[in-house]
Amino acid sequence: MTRQMIGMVFICVGIAFDFLGVLGLVRLPDVYTRLQAATKCVTFGTAGLLFGIFIIKGFTSFGFKALLGIAFVFFTSPVAAHAISRAAHRGRIPLAKESVVDLYEADGELKEE
Amino acid sequence: MRVARWLIGATVLGSLATLNFFVFEGPLLVKLINVSLFSSLFVLFRVVYGPSPADRVVAVDILGVLIIGMLALFGLFYDQGFFLDIALIWALLSFIASLAFAKILEGRRLDD
Repeated sequence: MTRQMIGMVFICVGIAFDFLGVLGLVRLPDVYTRLQAATKCVTFGTAGLLFGIFIIKGFTSFGFKALLGIAFVFFTSPVAAHAISRAAHRGRIPLAKESVVDLYEADGELKEE
Repeated sequence: MRVARWLIGATVLGSLATLNFFVFEGPLLVKLINVSLFSSLFVLFRVVYGPSPADRVVAVDILGVLIIGMLALFGLFYDQGFFLDIALIWALLSFIASLAFAKILEGRRLDD
């Protein structure tokens, strides 16, 4: 019963993080800021949700599949986010008007093509 | 204009939360699944109205992660283990699709 309660708390926190990340995806002004908010919040939210399911189910096959899902989301989501942001910057998608500095442009990564 | 946008957003979010948590009768897990479905509705808004192609790619990537969580909640609700298998396969395919979209967005070929 206690295990059920703790798992439900983890699941509620994960759903809240999911919702806040998606709100950031709708509200923020730019591709890069949207990617930052959405990827971090959704990764943490889904990982917390799967960890709550692991706490509820214990060391069964269900729980181990949830742990495997955590590992997979943690390894793949930052890689995909980095690839998308790099491709967007190389595809000359402009930054927001409020942004102050663009260090990736200043490093001269784009001039070698 | 700004006030109107804030009012529309607050009205939509407040009505959805009230209908979900106070009017609708059901177990807590179904209510959480409903919140996740609302989130995917907002992601679909970004897919349709995104100004640039990168916005759409980001939204599709995030939709994959949301669907993984939703499938895990469905598996917990019906007490069936095979939903997690579907979630793992969905994560794999979503990752590969994101990398392919990023490569196309950069202007390179897939066999480059």
